[in-house]
Amino acid sequence: MSPMAHTAPEPSATAPELIRNFSIIAHIDHGKSTLADRMLQLTGVVDQRQMRAQYLDRMDIERERGITIKSQAVRMPWEEDGVTYALNMIDTPGHVDFTYEVSRSLAACEGAVLLVDAAQGIEAQTLANLYLAMENELTIVPVLNKIDLPAAQPEKYAEELAKLIGCEPEDCLKVSGKTGMGVPELLAQIVKQVPAPVGDPNAPARAMIFDSVYDTYRGVVTYVRVIDGMLHPRERITLMSTKTQHELLEIGVSSPEPVPTKGLGVGEVGYLITGVKDVRQSKVGDTVTNYAKPATDALEGYREPLPMVFSGLFPIDGSDYGPLREALDKLKLSDAALVYEPESSVALGFGFRCGFLGLLHLEIVRERLEREFGLDLISTAPSVVYEVTLDDKSQVTVTNPSEFPGGKISEVREPIVRATMLAPSEYIGAIMELCQERRGSLLGMDYLSEDRVEMRYMLPLAEIVFDFFDQLKSRTKGYASLDYNPDGDQVANLVKVDILLQGEPVDAFSTIVHADKAYTYGVMMTGKLRKLIPRQQFEVPIQAAIGARIIARENISAIRKDVLAKCYGGDISRKRKLLERQKEGKKRMKMVGRVEVPQEAFIAALSSDDGSAGERKK
Amino acid sequence: MAGPPPDGDPAPADGSLPASAAIGSAGRAFGVYLHVPFCAVRCGYCDFNTYTAKELGGGASQAAYAGTAVQELAFAASVLSRAGVAERPVSTIFIGGGTPTLLPASDLARLIGGVRDNFGLKPGAEVTVEANPDSVTPESLAALAAGGVTRVSFGMQSQVRHVLAVLDRTHDPKRIPDVVKWARDVGMSVSLDLIYGTPGESLADWRSSLEAALACEPDHLSAYALVVEDGTKLAARVRRGEVIAPDDDDEADKYELADDLISAAGLAWYEVSNWARTPDDACQHNLAYWRGDDWWGVGPGAHSHVGGVRWWNVRHPSAYATRIDAGESPAQGREVLDGQARQLEEVLLRSRLRAGLPLKEAGLHGDPAVLLAGVLADGLVEPEPAAAGTVVLTRRGRLLADAVVRALLP
Ligand SMILES: Nc1nc2c(ncn2[C@@H]2O[C@H](COP(=O)(O)OP(=O)(O)OP(=O)(O)O)[C@@H](O)[C@H]2O)c(=O)[nH]1
Ligand SMILES: C[S@@+](CC[C@H](N)C(=O)[O-])C[C@H]1O[C@@H](n2cnc3c(N)ncnc32)[C@H](O)[C@@H]1O
Ligand code: SF4
Ligand SMILES: [Mg+2]
Repeated sequence: MSPMAHTAPEPSATAPELIRNFSIIAHIDHGKSTLADRMLQLTGVVDQRQMRAQYLDRMDIERERGITIKSQAVRMPWEEDGVTYALNMIDTPGHVDFTYEVSRSLAACEGAVLLVDAAQGIEAQTLANLYLAMENELTIVPVLNKIDLPAAQPEKYAEELAKLIGCEPEDCLKVSGKTGMGVPELLAQIVKQVPAPVGDPNAPARAMIFDSVYDTYRGVVTYVRVIDGMLHPRERITLMSTKTQHELLEIGVSSPEPVPTKGLGVGEVGYLITGVKDVRQSKVGDTVTNYAKPATDALEGYREPLPMVFSGLFPIDGSDYGPLREALDKLKLSDAALVYEPESSVALGFGFRCGFLGLLHLEIVRERLEREFGLDLISTAPSVVYEVTLDDKSQVTVTNPSEFPGGKISEVREPIVRATMLAPSEYIGAIMELCQERRGSLLGMDYLSEDRVEMRYMLPLAEIVFDFFDQLKSRTKGYASLDYNPDGDQVANLVKVDILLQGEPVDAFSTIVHADKAYTYGVMMTGKLRKLIPRQQFEVPIQAAIGARIIARENISAIRKDVLAKCYGGDISRKRKLLERQKEGKKRMKMVGRVEVPQEAFIAALSSDDGSAGERKK
Repeated sequence: MAGPPPDGDPAPADGSLPASAAIGSAGRAFGVYLHVPFCAVRCGYCDFNTYTAKELGGGASQAAYAGTAVQELAFAASVLSRAGVAERPVSTIFIGGGTPTLLPASDLARLIGGVRDNFGLKPGAEVTVEANPDSVTPESLAALAAGGVTRVSFGMQSQVRHVLAVLDRTHDPKRIPDVVKWARDVGMSVSLDLIYGTPGESLADWRSSLEAALACEPDHLSAYALVVEDGTKLAARVRRGEVIAPDDDDEADKYELADDLISAAGLAWYEVSNWARTPDDACQHNLAYWRGDDWWGVGPGAHSHVGGVRWWNVRHPSAYATRIDAGESPAQGREVLDGQARQLEEVLLRSRLRAGLPLKEAGLHGDPAVLLAGVLADGLVEPEPAAAGTVVLTRRGRLLADAVVRALLP
């Protein structure tokens, strides 16, 4: 066992040969953050007293849900054969919505620890993240985790893993992030296998921004990996894409608390503070250089993450519109992936159409808005982006189904994804059936081992972002895992289904579906609303329509009795109070034409119990 | 419905009223409600403030009750005069329950005497007693008439045995024509109470109850949709799924049938659930409730109203007796209505009446055609009185009276 390092190499003065930069990548829940905990302890950067499980998951939401949402980089000293190295470890998220976080982290590293739960084996994000690491030409250190579990089958999965990355089963390290077993050996192997960073110390400084976070106390904190040259505090820097200049107010490393340093040299990972207030001014993927002695070529940036799912967010109390805007502006400061623009709905009033990376992202943003900013929100049914070409060749991009043009449409394109599913082979039939129902086409299938398969499908994004994962899990007894990547778009026979109350369309309920599913949707939604909308003094037809064609209809018959039969001396106070409450309740009603729809009916209808709003962790 | 007491403010121990209670009192009628909180058995649907002898641990409190109630009448007289409320002879007395006829007729006569002694009784005053059909005889009715009772209201509820059984009613439906006749013979005006919408009651069952009631040619008829009150045995049975909750549409059908048959028999509606043979047969005491007049409610749990102040007595007969014996106000809580609450009450009470709600009197100014546009379009109010600024409900409107009230309120 290697001893804890006595003297840590000083940032800004550490030779690149002594630096190892690596990310921990894995499928969700395979134990990245727990393994990171052991590393923090072993290297002594977090002491026993401060230690708590998943130390780097600091956000309330991360802790409550037990998942990592943001990558975290930490500098740790580690002594091997009498030499003290500086290890920069990045713990990454495993959920598919946050894949872009992983790819940014990988760009700051030379190596990746590919962690596999020894009781689960390889899963979909194991593959996805492995491929990302290979694209970045990183050295892969294969590791089996959770070997303390009685159900662990390290031998079996070592074989799978070896086959996958083309090494020998013995090359797979076996650790337990829980007990710490095998972690020193893993650190030793990281030092040995992961190449030291290379760069030109004398060239003009170039550092890659791989994360940018807004902090209430410190303003925007920008995380960088230095490629060439050196950055110093107090010097002026230029951001190469925007050509903006800033003074470096502070420069340092996370260990894991921020520690200001005299600078950052070749291969080092750390943070910068320039006093900018908006993360958009310090964009992920941009190159930082020295103002006085600028580099000529910027580093290759990242693709900006594109929102995949859109939903309208509306305050339940109309007067919260302003506070909602302010809250979104604040969240946006540390969540560059969040996009939004004002929108108004006849049914729901003023709100914002927001774009998200996926449903988990949506859920998290919504939860943070409600919790951190005290807002009560309704979110409309999520939608993907459609490209509509009209007969006159003009194009319309539709993120809000109610804006889907009526008539004269020559073509509608919908986003598609390449999906990878891993499951025991006995579920092949079930998965094929599900994908067929969701308009998927099989791209290929491989056996990872005798009894585990990888199935690749092309699927419309709209078919998989909502309840697909729940269905996949339930049809495979929880054994299948899923990963997907956007892969362009395709023409499809899509229609907008409107829901009409007494002939008036309710914008919040419009949706775009494949023509074959329009009827099912119409029947489901009209049926649901019939149960949710209280009877009115007149009959209320509820219709589902494609254009002028009615495809489903329900009726709410007129209420005939709304009176207290008996009202004597002793009843009066009670009855007056009842009416006062009803009068209050009326204020919370939304009017659709003459129909009074309680707020709760909207919420219940939109938070469909068919799973479309509540995707669980993957 | 009686239910738990409303939330209110504490009531002063000496019963004193705010000065506002006296304003305009000379122009308002004054009535007395006398509550008799005793029943032989408790019916499963009933949440009135009433107790069986068993629940009270013996009949002692029943025997002493009339005396206690008379003391409250004396207390009432002094509170009202201290508050400067105009002294008026009582226009109406209503002895309700519970089952007032569980007490000897002499006790009831003593109560009526107490009213007369403390306030005086207007000539021709209406004096009603509620009676269960199985707790009266020709003799007891004669004694009541002699004691001053002018009107009797029988809790008939239904003519159909299986419906009476679900309601836990113990009387024999065959007895109804007899008790009506006995009351008539001693010169009383007669009213019958019916309940519709009882679980298991068909439209035909309801028709036969209506026909049986009308065959007795009552002067007055009340027909109430069954309310499943919280905390009753009936509510528990509905919750457990033993009986099916009343259905609004079925009750609407039954209301319409009732209105058809009762009107055809020559009675006319004067309040949502009440019909009378002539305007004089309408229950003057209840009309006073809906018109916002003054009344003092005597007895455990009884409610009172004087000039915008409502209060209610402690509910248990022994707690009540303790307060009275100590010379304290038996009031448990009260509310002094503000302008908005008074307006709401006026709208909700007066709109129930055939006489209607004159919009201006309820402070609803503005063009009636505009104020009433929605309810007129929906056919809930009669167009002619509406044009003159008075809300009179149509039959459809009577069934939707609460919706009309919500539409009228600002
Ligand atoms: N028995 C056992 N459990 C472990 C081990 N490592 C992690 N776990 C448990 O596995 C669960 C997931 O651990 P995390 O460290 O949060 O996993 P993660 O990969 O960081 O998860 P995401 O960040 O959401 O992708 C937790 O309940 C851990 O306690 C291990 O070595 N042995
Ligand atoms: C004060 S109550 C009781 C009078 C008398 N004890 C009796 O039961 O006949 C007066 C009337 O209210 C009606 N009533 C009582 N409880 C009711 C309920 N839960 N729903 C509808 N009407 C009710 C009955 O018609 C009853 O006759
Ligand atoms: S007799 Fe009348 S007051 Fe007594 S329990 Fe029955 S319904 Fe209620
Ligand atoms: Mg984690």
